[in-house]
Parts: sequence; structure tokens; C-alpha cells
Amino acid sequence: MKWNQRIFGTSLLAGMLFLAGCYGGGEAEKDDSVKTGDGAESNDKKVLYLAAGGEIPSLKTNGPMDGLSQTILQNVIEGLFRLDQNDQVVPGVIDDYKVSDDGLTYTFMLNEKAKWSNGDPTTANDFVYAWKKSLHPDTIAPQAYLYGPIKGANEIQDPDSPSYGKVEELGVQALDDLTLEVQLENAVPYFTELLTNPVFYPQQEKFVEEQGDKYALEVDNLIYNGPFELTEWEHDSKWTLEKNEDYWDEKNVSLDKIEFRVTKDTATEVNLYETGDIDVANLSSEFIDVYEDSDEYNTSLKSEVYFLRMNQKKDELKNVNIRKAIDMAWDKEQASKSILKNGSIPAYFLVFPGFVELPDGADFRDANGDLNKGTVEEAQKLWQKGLNELGVQKLTFEMLSYDDEQRKSVAEFMKNQLEKNLPGLTIKINQQPNKQKLELEANQDYDLSYSGWRNDVADPVEFLTVFQSDGAYNWQDFKDDRYDEILKKAQTDFTDEMGRYKELQEAENILIGEEAAISPLYQAGSARLIKPYVKGLTAHGNSTFTYKWTTIEK
Amino acid sequence: MKKYIFSRFGYMLFTFLLIATFTFFLMHTLPGSPFNDERLSAAQKAMMAKRYGLDEPLAVQYFKYLGNLLAGDLGVSFQFDGRSVTSIIGERIGVSAVLGAQSLIAGTVLGLLLGIVAALKHNTFLDYGSMIIAVLGLSIPNFVFAGLLQYWVGVRLQWLPVAFWEGFEYSILPTIALAAFVVATIARFMRNEMLDVLGHDYIVTARAKGIRESLLIIRHALRNAMIPIVTILGPLAVSLMTGTLVVEQIFSIPGLGEQFVKSILTNDYPVIMGVTLFYSFFFILIVFVVDILYVLIDPRIRLTGGGSRANG
Repeated sequence: MKWNQRIFGTSLLAGMLFLAGCYGGGEAEKDDSVKTGDGAESNDKKVLYLAAGGEIPSLKTNGPMDGLSQTILQNVIEGLFRLDQNDQVVPGVIDDYKVSDDGLTYTFMLNEKAKWSNGDPTTANDFVYAWKKSLHPDTIAPQAYLYGPIKGANEIQDPDSPSYGKVEELGVQALDDLTLEVQLENAVPYFTELLTNPVFYPQQEKFVEEQGDKYALEVDNLIYNGPFELTEWEHDSKWTLEKNEDYWDEKNVSLDKIEFRVTKDTATEVNLYETGDIDVANLSSEFIDVYEDSDEYNTSLKSEVYFLRMNQKKDELKNVNIRKAIDMAWDKEQASKSILKNGSIPAYFLVFPGFVELPDGADFRDANGDLNKGTVEEAQKLWQKGLNELGVQKLTFEMLSYDDEQRKSVAEFMKNQLEKNLPGLTIKINQQPNKQKLELEANQDYDLSYSGWRNDVADPVEFLTVFQSDGAYNWQDFKDDRYDEILKKAQTDFTDEMGRYKELQEAENILIGEEAAISPLYQAGSARLIKPYVKGLTAHGNSTFTYKWTTIEK
Repeated sequence: MKKYIFSRFGYMLFTFLLIATFTFFLMHTLPGSPFNDERLSAAQKAMMAKRYGLDEPLAVQYFKYLGNLLAGDLGVSFQFDGRSVTSIIGERIGVSAVLGAQSLIAGTVLGLLLGIVAALKHNTFLDYGSMIIAVLGLSIPNFVFAGLLQYWVGVRLQWLPVAFWEGFEYSILPTIALAAFVVATIARFMRNEMLDVLGHDYIVTARAKGIRESLLIIRHALRNAMIPIVTILGPLAVSLMTGTLVVEQIFSIPGLGEQFVKSILTNDYPVIMGVTLFYSFFFILIVFVVDILYVLIDPRIRLTGGGSRANG
């Protein structure tokens, strides 16, 4: 008995010692700067403290890209163009560029002062190398679809084409170290805007090949040519950007340092903001009531539109009156103002206002106005008519929805409104994590689906092609010949700009006004708190940020 | 004893293989693919699947996975491009382990003290006080407790950091939030055991012999009351593993728990497998250790066919 107890005691003690030893890991390399709300450091250095929602998925230009990856990349690496404070396209590492008369050949003259952090200039070959890598089957970028307008890109991605995987056929060429030439398939007017996306950023062949599998995994496996450099990256915990003194436009960068720390909970983020640990806090709807009157409360609109897909594979939803009734029967204003409360605006459109300006100065939105904006009474009339045509009294639809709190409440709200205003309708909500939801949508295994779309460039086709009958994302059996005709033409024929826009307006009217193929919900906004001394924080419509022009004025 | 340990070890391996197999096939029945994205067409998704070897038949993938597992290779994450599962677990597990161990030790010590005090001062103010604390600890969910601690101690009083993991002071609030449940469980258990033991004849005998009260408690009462505590330490350690998930999220601690949930939501198969196997290994190990400890500390448990016969 004594012997047994001694073993027990010894092992317990040993275990405790082992665990005590482990603790050191948590305390490693504490920052020397003192982090207080008043910023003890701020006298000499301008430091911005931010929260991030999770680990950076990838810093490869051909890696999986979410808002966070893209935010970090566009602050540490620079491509041919970037988006400015007002989402306008401005030059990145180029001095100038030329477009041929037919709009099919672009020649970019690179800025010789745009250097990588290893001292080498950013060359035309860095682009050629990175772009071909993004399209090669072994290293294909999830966003390779953006290469579509470039000559040869679609064939290289098509397994049935003889050119499959032959990246050398891509219409891109380094004429000399500082001159890059790109051939397009179609003269898309938005090509320079497309180039602001990180999937078109350069990678220096020499450095990347040297790093092999390790490329972009740690701070030491990356080089930078942007306004900032990544100097610290503790995974899933914190990372630091510091001003790149060798950046060609260094004089316009004011911040010395940006510290990101991973914060996985909105309440925590708000608490950290209150104690001054961070300078910007993103708000979810439950916190908006508390802060909406504060001077530090800000909202911005995203280029993201949400809508209800109505699956016409389902017989009852083939009836246009039923679809129109659903679109009209619920209060979109209230959903934006009382449920979302984050600056979102109610949508009676797919192409949102302020997105595209026509050559004559008008907004694309003006011609169609609010589509299908009717009263509950009108909706009920249409509903009754639809029910009579179908010869039924009651309908039950399953509504696919997102699983986050905010969008859950919107789905609940829609359900209540529709069931209240359309007698005989029952809605069953089916919440799914996004990946699973997309699978069900793509298989058309749903009746109604709360869905969304975000554009890459400012052109109406970005939203409208989703519903082309042979499009990859038309998950609802919508088919209209005139619609298809317009969209097909709009993607290849750019000769008559005004005429093209007019036709696209017609297409939007067919989609929503005539057919009610979808019920637009809202254009998403986002709300955040920003400390008054933080100026010029640039929130882009695509949920990314640029810190190049951000300053701290205390 | 050796034989016993050996056979238990065999069962451990078998359980582990079963878990690996079930998880692998169940995971692939999850709807969706890791490459589902609003913007990817079917052809592009197929290319991505090919790039990561997901186009092969499931059985082939399974045997490939087992082969790699034997070689110690857990694969590469989908959501964190190019990052190995081993490094993802390695970077996060230390933090979760420290937090879990700290809570378990602090909670056990405090729980034992409360339980002993309550038993010795049976039916007094101290007893009721301890048990009120215990009931509160059991009934308040740890995310509520964590949120309250963060707001009051962190934001209002500003005594301790609101979140993050950058030194000992950062670990205090999350430890308290996690340990509350441990304190409550152990205290209630210890109180009952002590009351039970104190009523036994040998305690009365010892008292009659005039033994000092402190010695009586430590040598005779405590030692016997401790035995059942060992049994609940295993399950408690496991419940801490799940508890850390919520607490890590609230205090923004870079631990493994949150990553596990995220990998499931994003169909990140290699990470789901890696973390599941890691957790199950840990769980099986705890059960194994508890079994062994049990034999070591309780003289009434003896295994047949080995070792000396118990006499007491």
C-alpha cells in the first residue's frame, strides 16, 4: 500500500511540474510598448490598434482569399492598380499605361522606384510569373475566374480544351523588365479595376521558388512592395504591419505601425474598444442600439446585395403571381431599419444605386426606380390570383438561410411577415452553415433561399449574369430568352456604351419587375465604432480596408 | 499489472482506429465541399478538388489517409493554404493545455478546501455558504460567467485585461470562468465523501485513542475521501476541453477549441480529422490514466492473476 501511494504522489507532483513548465509558452515575447487607451507610444509613433475576426487564411496571391486575406495583401503588396478612398481606380506600381484603339491590348509601364523589400525592382516578369501560376492546374487560385477577360484564360481553365493547363498561351508578356503587355479576349471597360484584385498581384519568381512549400507561411517567407511590411505573425493570435520605408509613395503613408489582434467575439471587441485596447470595433445589430447616437458610430455600405432566390423547379414557384406576391408582401424598410440597423438599405433592385454612372451622368438605377414596390393589399391580390391558378388553398415553402445571428433574425422576420400577409402560406426555415447552404443551393434542393452576391468590378453584368439561364449560378431554373440575349451581348460587345447600359436596365426590369425571379432584400451595410483620433480609415465596398491614407491625430 | 496495462493499451489503439474510421466517413457525408464559394463554377471546383486529391474514390482517400497517419503526416489544411495540420494543432494546443490545466488544478484545490470546510463545519453558516457557491458554480453556464467577469472586472473595474493571451495576468479571468464548474463539482463531492467517511467506525476509534484532530483529518479522513475524487477528475478534464472552446472565444485566446468548430463549418477535412484524433487520443489517455491510478490508490481494487493479495 505504501509503495502504491508513493508512486501516486510522485506522478502527481511530476505532472504538476510539467504543467507549470508549459506556462512559459503563453508569456513569450511580450511587446515592449505599453498598450493603454491614451497610447503611451503615440508621442513619437503613430500606431493603429485593430481587431481581426480570425487567422489570415493565406497571403499567397493565388491562395484562398477572404476579406481579411485581401485586406492584408493589399496593404503589403501592390499590383498594377489599387482602389483609393472613394473606390476609384488609381495607379499602383505603374508610371503610366496605354490601351490600343480596339481596347484589346494594354501596355503597362512599371515604376522603377517600386521595389521589393529584398531590394529588387518589381518587374514585368513578376506579374507574368504570378498570373500563370494562378491559372496552372497545380496551383490554381480560387479566384482564377477573374482572369476571364484575358486572352486564353478560359481555355486554360477548361479541362475539355486542348489548351487546358497550357499557361504559356495566356495573353500576357514581359516586353522588357519594366513593360508588361496584356492581350484581352474582349474589350471589357473595367479591366483596370479588375487588376486591383490581389489575384493579379506580382510574385517574384526568384524569391518564391527559393521558398518552395514555405512561401507565404511566415513573416520570413514573404517579400513586400506595398505601403506596409508584415513584421510579426503569431498565428490565430496577432500580427503587425509596419510602414515600408522603401515604398515608392512612402511620403503619403502616415501610420508607423498597425497591430492586429484576433478577437473572435463581438461583445469582446466592444469591451476592448471601451478599454481603449483597440481603435476600431465592428458592431453587430444587438450593439447598435447602444451606440447609434455616439459620435464614434460609423456605417458604410458594402457592394453586396441580398435577395431571396425562388426555385422554379418547384411547380408552385413557376407561377409568376405567387413570386410577385412573395416579393411584395413583406416590409423591406423595416428589415433594414429595425432588424439590421447597420446602414443597410432596402432593395427594390439588383444593381444598387451609386454603383454605375452612365455616360450621360445619370445613375444606372434611375431608369428602373423601385421595382415591384407594392402594398400588402396588392400582394394579397396577386397571391389569391396565384392560388386560384394553382387550384390550392395552402402552400408550404422551405426557406434556406444563413446561420449567423444577424441574418437569422432577418430570416425570422421574413417568415413572420410572409405568413402574416399571405394567408395560407407556411415557411419553414432551414439554417445551414455557408458551405453546406451553397451545396443545397447548387443542387436546387430548396424552395426559397436567402442568398447574396458581391461584385468584383463596377459593372451591372456582375450581378445580372448570375441569372443567365446557362450561367453557373442560376440555381433556380429562371429562363428568359430576351434576358439571355442581352446578357450574352453585354459580355462581348462593348462598342455602344450607352446602348449596352440601356439594355442591361431592360434586363434588370425583366428579372425583377416582370418575372420576380428573385425578391431583392437589401444592400448590406456595416456598422463600426471608430475612435475620433483615427482619420481616413478606408473601408471598401468589398469588405476590405486600405490603411495607406489612414492617420492618427491626437 | 503489466499484463493489465498492456491489454488496456491494446484496447486504446483499437478505439483510436475506430474513431479515425468513423470520423473519416461521417465527415465526408457532411453536405458541401471545402471549395464551395459563391463565385466558383462546377468546373473550377472540380479543379480545386483535384489539386487536393479529393477527386479520388473515398476508400482510396481513406487508405491514403491511414498510411499518412502512420507516417505521422496529418495532411495540409484547406482553409489555411499550405499550412500543415500538425503545425495548426501545435501552435494552438499549448495555450489550451495551460488554460485547461490551470483551471483543473486551481479548481480542484479550491473545491477540496470548500468541501472539507463544509463537511467539518456541517450545518453551519460555512457549510451553507460553500454549498451556495457550489450550486451557483454548477448552474451558471461558463459563457455567462465569462461575459460577466469580462465586463465587470475587465471593463468597469479595469483590474485585469479584457482579453488576449499575453502573460499570466491575461489567464486569470478565463481560468476563473472555467474553474467555477470544477470548484463546484469537487466541493459537493468532497463534502459528501467527507461526511460519509467521518461517520465510519475507524474514525470513532481513532478519536477514542486521542489522536490530534488535524492528524485525524489528514491521515484518516482525507485520504479515504480522496479516492472517489480521482474518478471524477477524468470526466472533469474532458468537460474542460469542451469548456475551453467557449471561454477561448470570449477571451480571444488562440486555442484549439475554436479552430475545431471552424474546421467543421468550412469542411476543412484534414483539420477536422487531425483535431478529432487529437482530442480522442487525449480522452482515451485520460481514461487509461484514471484506470491505472485507481488501481494504485485504492487497496480494495486488486486485479486477478497478478500482484500480491490485498489484506486490508
